[in-house]
Amino acid sequence: MAAMLDFWNSRVERAPLEELQEIQLRKLKSLVDNVYRNSSFYRKRFDEAGVKPEKIRSLDDVAKLPFTYKKDLRDNYPTKMFSAPLNQVVRYHVSSGTTGKPTVVGYTRGDVDCWTTSLARALTSCGLGRGDVIQVSYGYGLFTGGLGLHYGAEEIGASVIPMGVGNTERQIELMQDLHATAIACTPSYLLHMNEVAKKMGINIKAQTDLKCAILGAEPWSLETRKRIETTMGIKAFDIYGTSELSGPLFTECQEQDGIHVWADHFLLEVIDKNGDPVPDGKKGELVVTTLSKEALPLIRYRIGDITVLNNEPCDCGRTHPRIMRIMGRADDMLIIRGINVFPSQIESVLMTIPEVGEHFQIIAERKGELDELTIRVEVTRAAFSDKLADLMRLEQKIGYELQKVLQLATKVELVETGTLPRSQGKSQKVIDRRKI
Amino acid sequence: MKGTIKQISLFAENKPGRLAKIAESLSKAKINIRAFTIAEAGDFGVIRMVVDDPDRAYKNLQGQGFAVSETEVIAVQMEDVPGGLFKIANTLGKGGVNIDYAYAFVTRSDLALLILRVDDNAKAIKVLKDAKINLVDVDAIVNI
Repeated sequence: MAAMLDFWNSRVERAPLEELQEIQLRKLKSLVDNVYRNSSFYRKRFDEAGVKPEKIRSLDDVAKLPFTYKKDLRDNYPTKMFSAPLNQVVRYHVSSGTTGKPTVVGYTRGDVDCWTTSLARALTSCGLGRGDVIQVSYGYGLFTGGLGLHYGAEEIGASVIPMGVGNTERQIELMQDLHATAIACTPSYLLHMNEVAKKMGINIKAQTDLKCAILGAEPWSLETRKRIETTMGIKAFDIYGTSELSGPLFTECQEQDGIHVWADHFLLEVIDKNGDPVPDGKKGELVVTTLSKEALPLIRYRIGDITVLNNEPCDCGRTHPRIMRIMGRADDMLIIRGINVFPSQIESVLMTIPEVGEHFQIIAERKGELDELTIRVEVTRAAFSDKLADLMRLEQKIGYELQKVLQLATKVELVETGTLPRSQGKSQKVIDRRKI
Repeated sequence: MKGTIKQISLFAENKPGRLAKIAESLSKAKINIRAFTIAEAGDFGVIRMVVDDPDRAYKNLQGQGFAVSETEVIAVQMEDVPGGLFKIANTLGKGGVNIDYAYAFVTRSDLALLILRVDDNAKAIKVLKDAKINLVDVDAIVNI
């Protein structure tokens, strides 16, 4: 049985909000000062906005600083936005880009430690610790999920099974043989795993030691949580983070009532469409300032997720602000099996294939437990061939080109010219039929 | 090319009502379909047909937004008796001509016609003629 700690760092996690805000202000001032001196990107941005570091005197003054966007990371590929010398970087992670250019995130030793600490606190809040066996079924490598969870799980003294993605039957076998008590993966993959286990004649609820799952990297609903918890006999916790912020960073605690965001390392804002702050408890777009990151600090970063901020202390005793379940996106990004997909990526791929027209439609569906993306494209009159094999080759070619950029297998459907909706705005291009 | 006829090919999604729409538009244009086939590949299909006025059919369908093409195919008169198809296929095979696809129909005059899409029309016409197999031209198609 695992030796359960209530807190990883009891003093910090239960510090009064005012004390946390003092830490935030102190760190914000030094961050702004530091990036103004060490990052040409931020200095230029601040100068354009007419703001000097000494103007930041209160936490509210953060609103004087300019926003940063994913586009900035892309435009400054690979490392032009970094604020630390490259010889201080101990690791890189890279995520697929929206128009071909990927996003590179660098970590100093301190950044890796901070990331690890954040997850150590989070995993402890889920009731995990020494004696637990955590199966990390997020992708390892350039994707942040695998290594992030791995370090956090090792930090709390748990035994890690660095499983990675795929090979589901083997996952289930090792889950049984090594007595995994927790698994970290996408919710859809866990449901898929449950199906595969059934086919293998294994009842996860009765025949494994699994007691909890850390699920994220894609949106999931409370209904899905209920289904996972009852059918698999486990507790399912939401995990949140993005590669730009480091990777997965925050989870729910055992109260399962919002995700705790460590205020000593991250400053949150929730804003409306005009960029103005919304009151606590009201829906808006999440904006994050990293207070501790060294290699790639982000100031007022527009993550693009829609959520609600809750500054009330949690019943678990933690005082750090909580973001409630992510309620959607401020942009048109889709998350398919843990991979971020922008319609603009699909568009730019299709534009390189002369046989298809400029009109396309993206349909996201949940088939069984896994999300599937169908790309419907119009065959141009010029490209039409009376031979079926030519058309099937065209479908395959489009699928192959898309996979190269998206890192995701999609289903391609050729449709008749003129049948897809025309110029009715971006939203018409994407049909999300998933019930999340 | 002399010896070939024009086939109309259309891209069509595999869903209810698509064929009806195509047939309706040809019917309104008073174009008669002589031979017809659908090849399907999952979500879509290719409709191929031989009509009495291919150029007008092509313009009509293109005007309605269909992805349509005209393809040169060979129409061969086939004896409607056992071995009729064998003779033709064997002739082409021995002549090194590959058949991409084919479809057949029987006319009112007890004539069977075989429509052939091959990889080399000129070669196909030559070997068929050498084997004394009758090719059918556009006029014959109109008058069937």
